[in-house]
This record gives sequence, C-alpha cells and structure tokens, in this order.
Amino acid sequence: MSNPKEFPQQPTAASSVDGENLRVIGVPRRRVDARAKVTGQTRFADDIFLPRMTYCKLLRSPHPHAHVRKIDFSRALAHPGVYLVLTGKDLPIQYGILPVSQDEQALCVDHVRHVGDPVAAVVAREELTAFEALDLIDVDYEILPTISDPEEALATREPRIHDYGEEGNIHKLVALEFGNVEEGFSQADEIFEDTFFYQGNTHLPIEQHASVAIKDPDGKLTIWSSTQTPHYLHRALAKVLEMPTAHIRVIATPNGGGFGGKSDPFNHEIVVSKAALLLDRPVKICLTREEVFYCHRGRHPVLMKFKTGVKKDGTITGMHLRTLIDGGAYGSYGVASTFYAGALQTTTYHIPRYKYEGCRTFTNKPPCGPKRGHGTPQPRFGQEVQLDKIAEKLQIDPADLRLRIAESSNTVTANFFRLGTVNLAECIRRIVKVSNWKEKFRRLPEGCGVGFACSAYLTGAGLPIYWNKMPHSGVQLKFDRSGGVTILCGATEIGQGSDDVLAGIVAEVLGIDTFDVRLFTGDTDLGPVDLGSYSSRVTLMAGNAALQAAERGKALLAEAVAIKLEIPKGRIRFANKRVFDSAAPEKGVAFAEAVCLAEARFGTIGTVGSYTPPKSPALYKGGGVGPSPTYSYSAAVVEVEVNSATGWVTVPRVWIAHDIGRALNPTLVRGQVEGGVYMGLGEALMEEQKFRRLPKRLSHALVHKFPSILEYKSPTSLDMPEVVTELIEEPDPRGPFGAKEVGQGPLLPIMPAVANAVYDAVGVRIDEVPITPEKILKALAEKKAEREPRFGPDHFPHVNWPEALRVPPPWEGGDGNAINEVHHGKPQMQKEKVLTP
Amino acid sequence: MATLPVESQKTAQMRFTLNGEQVDVSFAPYKTLLEVLREDLGHTGTKHGCELGECGACAVLLDGKPVLSCLVLALECEGRQVLTVEGLCEDGRLHPLQDTFADLGAAQCGYCTPGILVTAKALLDANPQPNRDQIREALSGNLCRCTGYLQIFEAVEAAIVKIASETNQSGAAK
Repeated sequence: MSNPKEFPQQPTAASSVDGENLRVIGVPRRRVDARAKVTGQTRFADDIFLPRMTYCKLLRSPHPHAHVRKIDFSRALAHPGVYLVLTGKDLPIQYGILPVSQDEQALCVDHVRHVGDPVAAVVAREELTAFEALDLIDVDYEILPTISDPEEALATREPRIHDYGEEGNIHKLVALEFGNVEEGFSQADEIFEDTFFYQGNTHLPIEQHASVAIKDPDGKLTIWSSTQTPHYLHRALAKVLEMPTAHIRVIATPNGGGFGGKSDPFNHEIVVSKAALLLDRPVKICLTREEVFYCHRGRHPVLMKFKTGVKKDGTITGMHLRTLIDGGAYGSYGVASTFYAGALQTTTYHIPRYKYEGCRTFTNKPPCGPKRGHGTPQPRFGQEVQLDKIAEKLQIDPADLRLRIAESSNTVTANFFRLGTVNLAECIRRIVKVSNWKEKFRRLPEGCGVGFACSAYLTGAGLPIYWNKMPHSGVQLKFDRSGGVTILCGATEIGQGSDDVLAGIVAEVLGIDTFDVRLFTGDTDLGPVDLGSYSSRVTLMAGNAALQAAERGKALLAEAVAIKLEIPKGRIRFANKRVFDSAAPEKGVAFAEAVCLAEARFGTIGTVGSYTPPKSPALYKGGGVGPSPTYSYSAAVVEVEVNSATGWVTVPRVWIAHDIGRALNPTLVRGQVEGGVYMGLGEALMEEQKFRRLPKRLSHALVHKFPSILEYKSPTSLDMPEVVTELIEEPDPRGPFGAKEVGQGPLLPIMPAVANAVYDAVGVRIDEVPITPEKILKALAEKKAEREPRFGPDHFPHVNWPEALRVPPPWEGGDGNAINEVHHGKPQMQKEKVLTP
Repeated sequence: MATLPVESQKTAQMRFTLNGEQVDVSFAPYKTLLEVLREDLGHTGTKHGCELGECGACAVLLDGKPVLSCLVLALECEGRQVLTVEGLCEDGRLHPLQDTFADLGAAQCGYCTPGILVTAKALLDANPQPNRDQIREALSGNLCRCTGYLQIFEAVEAAIVKIASETNQSGAAK
C-alpha cells in the first residue's frame, strides 16, 4: 500500500535573503534589456550583417503530398551570382525534436508532405538572386492523394505520410486509465457527454525566423538563430552535419516573439549551417511571412469528447476524455502534445478516476507543435465549458462549483502528478469579488454576459526531451574586481524576461543592482546548458540555478569580509552594493572590495549553480509528460457583448487572478498575464489556421487558406479589452523566492470563459473555437427554431483504441506503476535513411 | 534575367535627411525604404514582419507622418525627412516615450517596439494630449503579439505627462 504522503517532499530552496526586506525581487522594475529594446539596438538574427555574407532561399513544394522523382538544378547553379545549390541528398540524415520522431529532413529527399516542405536551397550573393534562381530549379513531382484531416487519416491507410507510427496514418495512440472510470460513472447522479472542437492556430511572432551561419576562423561552425531551444538545435546540427557537437556553437539571438513557434530545430537552420561550412562564407536566411506559416508548429486542431460523471453536489466521480488530434505532416513535439492533451485535467479539480485516450494523425498540412499552453488549451476549453453546463444543470453557481472541487496544495493527482502550492480556490474567490461576479452572472441584460473558467499549467517540464540525468539548467557566475558580476547561462530571451529573472535573482542575493550584472545567455559556448525557453521552465529552473550560484558566491565573499571585519560570518549582510555587519551597518566594505578580499583569499571567484527537477511519482509509461516541480493556477471572468443581429462579439472587460507564487518583477508578470489574455482572446474569437482544397480541375491540392498576417486575423489595439489582473502571492518553496510560472497559464481560461460568457449573453453554446459571428448566428437560428441552441461537432469518429495502461490512483493503493502490460504505446521508429550524396 | 553584381546594382543615388542628418546613399533602385535603411545604411533598428504592409513593425516617420517603410520605394524619399527609432534619442538621452516604454513593460520581445515608438511620437507631435481611444486608434496598425497592448497604452500616457512636465520646466527655465 502506498500513500501519497509517503512520497519524498521537495527540497526547500532558499526563498528569502537573510530574512530582510527584498530590494529587487517583487519591485516593479525596468527590465535589464529594456534600453536595448526601446532604442532598436536589440540584435535579432536578421539584424546581423557580416562581411562576405551570402543569402539563402529555400525552394518549397507547391504540392501537399508528392514523391520527388527528380530535381535538376543545373540552370540555377549556372545563374550569375549563385554560389551553391543544395538538395536533400546533401543533408539526408533525419532529425526531429523528440527522439521518437526523427522524421524530418532538412531538404526532402524523395517525399514532400505539405505545401511549403523544402526540396532545395540556393545560396547567392544577393537575396533577390537566390530568389530568382529558385525558379530555375526543375522538380519532377509525382502527385499523391492528400489527407486533409484526422477523419480522412483514420480512413486512409495508404499512401502513408510516414512509414512509422502506429499504423496507416496514425502517428500516436495513447490509452491510460487511472482507476476504473466505469465504476466512477456508476456512482454518479448525472453523466455529461459533450463533444468539442478546437481549431488550430499559429504563433504569429512578429519576427520572422532568421539564421546566420559562419565557419569560424578555426574551422568550427557558429550559428546565430531565432531559436527558443539552442541546446536542442545544437544536438540536431551535430547529428545531421555529422560533426562533433563541441565544434558547433549555437547562439540564440533574442527572439522577436516565440510562443513555442521557434522551439523545434528547423530545416533552414541546418541548411545555412551546411552551406556556410561548404562555402566558408557567412550564409543568412530570413523567412518570408508566408514561409513562417509553413514552419508553423502551432496549436493542434483537436476534436474531443468529454464524458464526466458528477454527484448532485458537483463532486466529480469520473472522467473519460478522448481526443483526435490533427498533427500535420511531421512528428515535431506531437507525441508529447498527445500526452499533454490528457495530462492536466486532474491538476485543477479532484477527479478520482480518470481515463484518457488520445490519437494523433498525420495530415498533409504544416506540422503542428507546441504553442503557448502546449496541448492543454484544447481540453481545458472542453473541460471548462462542460463544467459550465454541469453547473447549470445542477443549479450551482459555476464559481461555487469550482470552489467545491478545487484541488489543494501538496496532493498527488489520480495520474500521479505531485502538486506544489495550489491557490486555485483563492484565485476563484478573488476573481468572484473583483469582477462582482454574483451581481452579473445570469443578471446582465440580453446580449451581455459573463463567463467563468479556471486552469493550471506546468512550471517547467519535469523531464528533459531526451533521457539524461543531468541538470535542466546551469548558471556560472563570474565575479570581477570592479564589482561587476557576469551571468553565463544557456537560458534564452524570447521577450518573456528570462535575462531579467536571472539578473534580478543574482542582484537580490548579492545586494547589488541589476544593472551591475552583465549577461551572456543563449550561447552554447559561453554558458552551461539550459534546456530552453519552453514549458514555462526558465523562472523556476534557471532561476534556481542562478540562486544557487549567487548563494555560493555570497558565502565566499561573506567569509572574506567577516575575517576582515573580525566578526562572525553570520552577521554579514549584503545590500546597497555594500557588504557589512548587520549589528553595525556602518562597518563594512563596498561590494567591489568584498570581491577583492575574496579573490585575495580564495583566488579567482567564480561559482556555479544548477537545477534538476525532483523525481516524479508518475512511473508508468507516458508518465513523463505532465509532471512539473509545481503548477500555476488561474481563474478568469470574461464579459462579452453579443450582437444578435450580426453575431459579433465584443469583449469589454476581463478579470483574471493568477497564482504566481511570487512575482519577481511585477511589471513583467503583469505583461505576461495581459499578453496571455490577449492571445487567448485571439484564439477564442478569430485566430484559425485553415486550409482549403483547390478545385478538382486545379490539382485538388490542399493549400493554406491564408498564409498572411492580413488574412490571419489577430486582435489589434482596438480589440483589446480592459484587463484587471490580480496576483495571488503565496511563495512556493520550490521556486526561486517562491516564484511560479506566468508565461502560459493565464492564456488557458480565456477561451472557455468567452464561450461561457456567450452562453450567458444569448443562450447559445458554441462548443468550438474560434467563436466567430457565423457560428453564433447559426446557433441563434437553431435556438429560434427551438432546436438545440448550439454550434459544435456532432460526433466523435470510431478509433481502434488499444487496451489502456491501467494505473491505480494513489487512494486505491497505486504506486505510480501500471498493473498491466500492453504491447503498445511506442511508435516504431523508422529506420534512418542515410543516402550517400 | 541575370542579376548584376551587388555594387553595380547600386545605380540609384539619393540625398535625404535621416534622423536629422543629411545622408547620401547609393542603392539598387528597386529597393524599399526599409531595405535601404537596413541593408544600405546599417540602420537595423527598424524591423520587418511581413514586407507586405500588414504588421506595422517597419513604421518610420516620413516628413513627420508614420509610413510603412516596406511599402515605400526608397527613391520616393529624395529630399525628405525620415525618422527612425535610432533618431529618437536626443543629446544622448532617451525620448520620454522610450523611457516610459522601458519602465512600464511596454516592450517585451521588443520587435514591434521601434515601429510603435515612432507611431506614438507622430501621434503626440500632432496631438499632445490624446485620450486612450485616440492612442488605440493611432496604434491599431502596429501589431504586438506579446503585451496585449495595455502596458503600451499606459506608457504612451505616462510619456504625455512626462513631456508636458518637461515642457513646463524648460518653459520656466526660460
């Protein structure tokens, strides 16, 4: 018998400094990189211009699915100003972000899988020349039938988009059961079954992906790239280029927006690296906006079916979730996304028995991947809209219902995720109060409404993408005699403020100013590994590493100063750029002198820190996706005005409470919350990555409906509502100074809160996003005709689900392992194709 | 069509005022103002997000009015005044908008920031006391994916106050 209480508790990180008031942490501050950003001096990848630089363009497939019979690039190579043409044969080794999905080639060798898949690269003196030469490459394609959505993928075994995966065009099947969910349903007073659809959408960072590669003077490779994951790019480059990893340097330039869209190793990064090595000249590529749409890796379209059993008081007795996930043309993070789509349901509300079945299919569209909230916004939408329906049926206020079932701190969920601090209930109470929810819900005039929703998100993935036992983040600190402190860390600045997090923590511990700190980040040569800016991991993981390194440096300085002042070390304090006797604050030395004293005593002062997440109790196969050191929580109320003549939805106000642990820099935290609300409203109301088939007489190809910013609608300054942000600050001992994540969580409750508000306003359920005026008008017409006042999917197709891996939850004596064995769950990896050029 | 070598493509010559300084530049005549600024004049502060006039990242002021430099043929700028983000600082001091954007979280990734700063400057030059709706309207062509715009509005509003107080002080000093 195992009891969740028996799982080892977290080590407690230092969460305050000497019990004194914090001077940097928690104070709204100008971020360390702000000046560079407001003067236009932040050097993004495309801002790099080097002597003798050449330009690369990629020839992309105009067909969604085809075999490549022959490529003749002789005319392109003969074009004046063209230096090099590469095709798939030059870079045949497969790669991909996940070890189980090494299914991409930098340039397709013989098989293109979506419009935009690259087949050749031209490097020329001028970008325009390279562009012109693309027209001179003759590619002979054999057109293949295309698969446009998962239902077609399920029905079409041949041709296969990939020759690995489960079978046919199914990439991944997942089936997990935590407790007997049928038994849960038998104990329920009411069973709710609802089907939802979440349309795909894209990150739309304003910066287009760009990279510059050079062969260093010593013959090694350096690449500057707009990547969120320099460490993973480093590994992919070594693999495909067959070079020692130590001979490659990846420098992640500050990203002009990431949102998950720059987290995969990309074909263009590999191509310019190869070209730079061959030409011995700098090679640059900057994608056009249309190409960014083809890179994609955005939100997976997901069809989902929720079956939930509840008692009359709202207690959940069991939940069964099925998802059908449109993966697009490659694996990308998709296996992880498939698990994530079923992972976090249990982290917000107590679900004693839970079953998840997920199916990801390949389709001939740009690959989907991680976008802010990775895999979890779609089921969160379904879960929170269904809860609204449950609350209505049970005649319980939706906020009260959530309060009754909210999870509490330090529990282990049915699927064995160990929760840290859980302030979901406090978020709910706070937001009910500030939004005046009770006065508004079901009480606003026709056409106006409010909706409620909650969510949770990881503070960093508990496991790395490739199996290893090393730290997830490392920091080195260099202490200079001048009093300057240099931070070296692999963490990547994508706009979220990762540099500021590191500088803030180090400055707080050492009692100096953030502007006394210099940072070298995102550079695989200069700093220790940090796994990257994804899964909301930087604040907690790089932050804890920085905290440890700073504390170690502080100890050395304190010892040297204590000897000099002839006082016990314990009385030494660090503040205001001084190191002094806490009993007699006038007695002390300047911080720079403290460094000199320490250097004289111990030699050159440099310290390191690192962070490895605690072991997860989720020991079953698949339990690697979802564990996190701790989770953030959010609750939101969205107010809408719905024009029943046009279907147009206006959002005047949003209230959101976020359980942040501690806000390291409240200015940046608020920016992350509001940015999440903004992006959530875009997903809720307008953003969609849609495709259409060309007419049969014109190839019948599947093409992107609108690969442009103009047609891909996103909210402008005119659409942004007023947002009231409430931060719930109960420091979590797992985070540095108690901090938890904020980059992704606050997006999650927005979409369902909008849908619930639309129902409150006009009495129609829109069970899919985006909630467009057409859908509202259709649902209103249904309502008028006295049919079900709803717009949404009407069925969930048949999938041959495998036998579920059965894991008894903690309260049934489970130990985190499965009690049955199923010969299933890991896609057969395709044998790597290595062609000799 | 064979492309001429880089240097011999630079057949167009132009004199204009860039950030208050007279500039002579040779460039390929097909180039946009954005390309000439970034590629021929090394002014990379101005960014690009689409080259199609959709995102607003490349906004600069042409004779004081915001334009999308990706849609302006460089040759059209002969004899005219162009202001980019590099020209906002005066006497080594940040423009009040730059200060408030930096202090109030209005720049996250910073990629849309140069275009928004110059657009906001044009607004304040024309209307020193715009209200929130006028600020929203003026910035509606500049997409920002990070901030949700609210801290940008607040930074513009804080700059209005800052500029007014600086104007009063310099008036008092006279």
